[in-house]
Amino acid sequence: MAVTEAPRIVTSRLGYEDSHTLERYLATGGYEGLRKALTMTPQQVAQEVDAVSLLGRGGAGFPAGRKWSMLRKAPTTYLVVNGDESEPATFKDHLLIERDPHQLVEGVLIAAYAIQANRAFIYVRGEFALGLERVQGALNDAYEHGAVGKDIFGSGFSIDVVVHPGAGAYICGEETALLESLEGKRGFPRIKPPYFPAAIGLYGEPTVVNNVETLSNLPWVMVNGSEAFTALGEGRSTGTRLFALAGHVRNPGVYEVEMVKTTFRDLVFAPVFGGGIPGDRELKAIIPGGVSAPWFGPEHLDLPLGQDEVGQAGSMLGSGSIVVMDDTTCVVRAAWRITRFFWRESCGQCTPCREGSGWLEKILRRIEDGDGREADVDLLMDVCDNLAPGVSWPPQQTTICVLGSSIPSSIASAIRMFRDDFLVHVKEGGCPHG
Amino acid sequence: MTPAAGSGHLSEEIVTRARELVALYPHPRSALIPICHLAQEQDGWLRPEAIDEIAALVGLTPAEVLGTASFYEMLHTEPVGTYVISVCTNIACMLRGAYELLDHIEGTLGIRSGATTTDAMFTLEETECIADCGRAPCLAVNHRFVGDVTPESFDELVDGLRAGRLADEIPRHGTLVRVRRQGGLRVDDATISAEREAARSGSGGGT
Repeated sequence: MAVTEAPRIVTSRLGYEDSHTLERYLATGGYEGLRKALTMTPQQVAQEVDAVSLLGRGGAGFPAGRKWSMLRKAPTTYLVVNGDESEPATFKDHLLIERDPHQLVEGVLIAAYAIQANRAFIYVRGEFALGLERVQGALNDAYEHGAVGKDIFGSGFSIDVVVHPGAGAYICGEETALLESLEGKRGFPRIKPPYFPAAIGLYGEPTVVNNVETLSNLPWVMVNGSEAFTALGEGRSTGTRLFALAGHVRNPGVYEVEMVKTTFRDLVFAPVFGGGIPGDRELKAIIPGGVSAPWFGPEHLDLPLGQDEVGQAGSMLGSGSIVVMDDTTCVVRAAWRITRFFWRESCGQCTPCREGSGWLEKILRRIEDGDGREADVDLLMDVCDNLAPGVSWPPQQTTICVLGSSIPSSIASAIRMFRDDFLVHVKEGGCPHG
Repeated sequence: MTPAAGSGHLSEEIVTRARELVALYPHPRSALIPICHLAQEQDGWLRPEAIDEIAALVGLTPAEVLGTASFYEMLHTEPVGTYVISVCTNIACMLRGAYELLDHIEGTLGIRSGATTTDAMFTLEETECIADCGRAPCLAVNHRFVGDVTPESFDELVDGLRAGRLADEIPRHGTLVRVRRQGGLRVDDATISAEREAARSGSGGGT
């Protein structure tokens, strides 16, 4: 097994009980990255980040440096932090927000300086009551410390940062929906084009939206340099990444691992990570990258945890979540629950998503309840085909945002990998797993 | 007609905090959701009178406020219990017995998911993933997270809440109850414009 000795980039302080305090942060090199950034020009900072190939850690994996470079030139620009972590079984940003809020604030300031933002907003998922307290507390202390506000550390750079709470809507993790929400509206995703945030973002101004983990890497990058970062990982997948491991493992939790050098097998079975499946049961399937991702089977265990490696194998690292399902799992029930989630969270703007999610949920429910019909498996795939024509990966889109086209992933995976499970439900008139 | 802000339903303290929030944004409308949280801190839910006042505070109509508020899970347009118990049943928790736990919880509270106990103490809801999957099955009480929940630990939790023993750990409604920004904005637009212009022309922001 490959458990590399890579440094902990974003979780280095989590061993400390008081990791969220300014005292601990300053005692462990806090705000040195910002100080260094402020001695460089904004362009130099942006170049440094572009050089490390920092793939966005929110889900889409778009390089942060490139995102910044696409910003339309205008007198007013905004930085918005996406802390609306809601992808099922993803709980890494939650950890960073609660346990190392200063690292996030410092990352925000470095990014704000690089893109010369006029103001930065940290959008924190509304349910994170403690997280909101911690980030606001850290920001208050950072103001006091001179790290944010007027003339930061005497550099001539000034900016205000505002912590903004969400109010419970998965779709607001989609960046244009998040901007709508930040403008006090329902979280309806915007049509792209033309509403790419870099061109027409918050209040119509060019806006960069970056994920919490992405920005939390920046202090380390500034202090240690781009070469130290790119020395970790391989290819485009540089540095480390947080993986939230959940489901049927002995030690569920968030683990920071070196990209590409670590495999799914390492993460699930190594004693320092997941520690294997309870009861030494067999692995049935893995959901990598959040519930929008196609599933993997035991044959994929030796796949490296790299963005392109997983992409080429037909799925995605997505939000950094990994759900393990053992051989006692009913995949019909699993697919139903995931579909029910999408149905509840569909914003309702687009017909295929709004209607399709509901129909899929109902059909899966009746199969699980023993009222399924033989034609239902084909019917499921037919509805999926209306949501994402061809039901291929990456999916074709029929809707404004990717929520709709994400719905077929779990259903198509479950049917392709375990068609017999569906047929047994129909034939026996119920769930064989009880 | 929209009543004036501060027309009486929302307390002076809430209105003051709401005005501070409005001042943080380029457009008052952005403060809508944060202020809804404040109103719920006072009432537990968004009363029609509160919606009228919020509308005035952010320069919208009550219908616009309700239009936004009704979209979000955390914003309640009907009364809820003192403690809203949100039980996650999404995939990670489901794999670790969340539905069996929910059955137990419904039995203990004597209500189905979506209902409120007759003494108005508890509202039970089945929620989507609350990002605490390392401690699945998990739940939240007024958005304070409780992990590794067992039937026994849930019953203890309910006893503690009923007896008032957990008042410090689990405060009342409103996700911003303990969130206080120290001071408003520190930088005026003119300063920002001058600095950004200087940086663009290459004369500032570096050595």
